[in-house]
Amino acid sequence: MTEAKKYPAPQGNPETAPFWEAAKAGKFLIKRCTACGEPHYFPRSICPFCFSDKTVWEESSGEGEIYTFSLMRKSPTGPYAIGYVTLKEGPSVQTNFVDCELEKLKIGQKVKVVFKPTDGAPLPFFTPV
Amino acid sequence: MTIKGKAYIAGIYEHPTRHAPDKSTAQLHAEVAKGAIEDAGLTKADIDGYFCAGDAPGGLWPMVDYLGLRVRHMDSTETGGCSYLIHLGHAAEAIAAGKCSIALITLAGKPRTGAMPPRAQGAEADFETAYGATTHNAYGMCAMRHMHDYGTTSEQLAWIKVAASHHAQWNPHAMLKDVVTVEDVLNSPLISDPLHRMDCCVVSDGGGALIVTTPEIAKSLKKPLVRLIGHGEAMKGPRGGKDLDLTYSAGVWSGPRAFEEAGVTPGDIKYASIYDSFTITVLMQLEDLGFCKKGEGGKFVSDGNLISGVGKLPFNTDGGGLCSNHPVNRGGMTKIIEAVRQLRGEAHPKVQVPNCDLAIAHGTGGLLGVRHAASTCILERA
Repeated sequence: MTEAKKYPAPQGNPETAPFWEAAKAGKFLIKRCTACGEPHYFPRSICPFCFSDKTVWEESSGEGEIYTFSLMRKSPTGPYAIGYVTLKEGPSVQTNFVDCELEKLKIGQKVKVVFKPTDGAPLPFFTPV
Repeated sequence: MTIKGKAYIAGIYEHPTRHAPDKSTAQLHAEVAKGAIEDAGLTKADIDGYFCAGDAPGGLWPMVDYLGLRVRHMDSTETGGCSYLIHLGHAAEAIAAGKCSIALITLAGKPRTGAMPPRAQGAEADFETAYGATTHNAYGMCAMRHMHDYGTTSEQLAWIKVAASHHAQWNPHAMLKDVVTVEDVLNSPLISDPLHRMDCCVVSDGGGALIVTTPEIAKSLKKPLVRLIGHGEAMKGPRGGKDLDLTYSAGVWSGPRAFEEAGVTPGDIKYASIYDSFTITVLMQLEDLGFCKKGEGGKFVSDGNLISGVGKLPFNTDGGGLCSNHPVNRGGMTKIIEAVRQLRGEAHPKVQVPNCDLAIAHGTGGLLGVRHAASTCILERA
């Protein structure tokens, strides 16, 4: 079901352009603050924790586990599972779970990033390992 | 500095409609304004402060003009369903500071008649929009994790709907007047796991309004005296994804601020208006406000503990958003209105809490599973 879904293209902006450029190359980036050491997502130029502007792009492993999810059954485009993945690097990321049996998703399940095409840059999703 | 006792709610009005295809949204705002002004025994010319949120067509400029107001204080704070709880606190601040003396707060709209405009988005848009967060699945994500961490069950959540339905049977305006059972809730279709259809509130057209004023003016009017003695507001979001925890809401911050200002504790509260967009919303907020420990909300709401005359904490005695009314998909206004009815002794006799002298009205706005605001108001019969 989700494979057939048409996803909106990211609009992009100067602050996030490197993320989408990397996505086109299949890389999933997060931001890390070199002042306080904390990673964060979605990416900001100024650290949301210590407010330093010394943030740098970092390629994430794209691996993590399901923090929570909900299977949305009433949708004009068919059922879909929204949720959060807690990445190995720490930050939790809002996403959809794809390419799997939605009924079998579980909290704590290991997942990895997978990109899906749009009319612009591809979007990150997660699928069970 | 405190707003404790410095502002009174002198007028309330809940529009009786739940479906208004034959009215405009601005018209509904005017009708609820008129109702609240008349309830207070005032006239429109007395209003010198106005508060509205995102449901007001065009915001402050067109609304103040459309209503024909001449105000010296305005506030259009927009935090979804809890906007009106925040407005009440801000109105008290303005009144305490002498910026206005009689404030009008209105809410109205028609989501049952037609689709609402999409929520305005922020910096997160590219990183979230495609994933289709809605109210149902955002609150479903909270419920799923709460069940995982604390063993909360669908049966326990269902008790919240059951309690609301017991109250709604006495409300002639309630959309859903039938008393339901835990089994009824569990047998209703799953909408977004683990929430069933009966875990969800109604969708209704309508609105409500408040008049907030000084102690002196309130005492010159004829209505029983109800005053605000504590207020809190807060926001919570994923905050860069660090230590994400969807089992608590911003109520953990707004609640203690309000209780501290009021100088009372959850154990003192006789009646609770708790925003009930979904059953899980109520359960989490009861925990966050300190009515029970974190994780024990399921046990707390079970066995009719929220039913007036039966349990220890009568809640949403109008039937709440789960059964009576959820105008414009925003529950904060009706939460305040029913709390004032209880403190005035004007609730339906079947659900009126005896000697109700202290109440809480609390709500969240936005998406509990994504980013949201919360606001808590402690109200006292003076």
